[in-house]
Amino acid sequence: MNDSIVPITAPQPTTRADGWRLFEVFVRPRRGLSHSHVGSIHAPDAHMALKNARDLYTRRQEGVSIWVAAASDITASSPDERDSFFEPAGDKVYRHPTFYDVPEGVQM
Amino acid sequence: MYGATFGEDESQVRETVVDTDGQARFDRLIADDSRIEPRDWMPDAYRQTVIRQIAQHAHSEIIGMQPEGNFITRAPSLRRKTILLAKVQDEAGHGQYLYSAMETLGMSRDEAMDLLHQGRHKYSSVFNYPAVTWADMGAVGWLVDGAAIVNQVALCRTSYGPYARAMIRICKEESFHQRQGYEALHVLSRGTEEQRRMCQDAINRWWWPALMMFGPPDTQSSHTAQSMQWKIKRHTNDELRQKFIDMSVSQVEVLGMTFPDPDLAWNAERGHYDYGQIDWDEMYRVVKGDGPCNTKRIEHRNQAHNEGRWVREASNANAAKQAARALGEAAA
Repeated sequence: MNDSIVPITAPQPTTRADGWRLFEVFVRPRRGLSHSHVGSIHAPDAHMALKNARDLYTRRQEGVSIWVAAASDITASSPDERDSFFEPAGDKVYRHPTFYDVPEGVQM
Repeated sequence: MYGATFGEDESQVRETVVDTDGQARFDRLIADDSRIEPRDWMPDAYRQTVIRQIAQHAHSEIIGMQPEGNFITRAPSLRRKTILLAKVQDEAGHGQYLYSAMETLGMSRDEAMDLLHQGRHKYSSVFNYPAVTWADMGAVGWLVDGAAIVNQVALCRTSYGPYARAMIRICKEESFHQRQGYEALHVLSRGTEEQRRMCQDAINRWWWPALMMFGPPDTQSSHTAQSMQWKIKRHTNDELRQKFIDMSVSQVEVLGMTFPDPDLAWNAERGHYDYGQIDWDEMYRVVKGDGPCNTKRIEHRNQAHNEGRWVREASNANAAKQAARALGEAAA
């Protein structure tokens, strides 16, 4: 199934009849942490999406920074291709430290 | 708040497309206690059930603003007014988190709102009871939000990922709702004789509707078995109702008030409180549209939606103007 341009959360059209688009919202909870996805919001443009996201997702100082991205601009991997897509990492156990034996008594 | 289902909506159930690989993977995820995420294959009946439950839950938040919104201008102090404003704003926010989760399943916000406005989608029946005195604001916060929290804490582990995440966020915000209600009643309970009477009267009127919020008894709940199997629900209606009753008894005692149920008594053998017969006929009557405020709530919702049209139009005009300006600057 080739749906790599389907937005990450939405199977439905991402633009409404009145022209409002769906934006995904990402919040950085505090300095030192990455932005995390918190939900979505509809707005006529990105600027208003940002303001609406502030009112909706940070009513209790949950963030110091917000990103909004039009859902239609986000490219996501497909859950149907999950096995083949992530398969290359499946047999590379030597990428983990637990693969290695360390002589007894050695502190690492 | 809320999160029980309140009966069948009129929206169409779509035809199932059978996908045996998808079904096997779905079954495995459920069996492993994992979460279903938006773009996973899922049975249509699961999708429709979750859509119905989230939509009813979201609508309950939105309609739930009305009884308290009505008291914002009547709050007895500035402190109470700011609290009530924050609470009503939270309910709007909770509705939005839930619509956002619902949309990941393929029903748009507009479609759900239209169905609500047409009376074809349900919401929690508890809001079809009137809030008539200031003490009702306390009773609603304590009992109605309290019952909702019991429901919602259970839903934090529901199998649909976006719904569970919305619930976690809502539960964090909700605990102030219950506390402020209890605090308001506690103040009244230490007040004048008239204030004490008002407090007891509000408790009397909200106790039974709060118990009905958990939905019909397990023996009559048409969705419970399937929803438990899909781990949408983790506890039955009666289990959650019992939990709420057990918690509430000591709280009402601290207020020096009582619940309007002569059969309410500790049962040492069961380790729970026994309680009297809930008037299920009344619950079904209110669910079907014959409660004291059903018509008023939907009319008011439609009015608010229509009167807010100019705001949406102004937002569009502003977006168009900003876009045109940006285009002009790019050309210059």
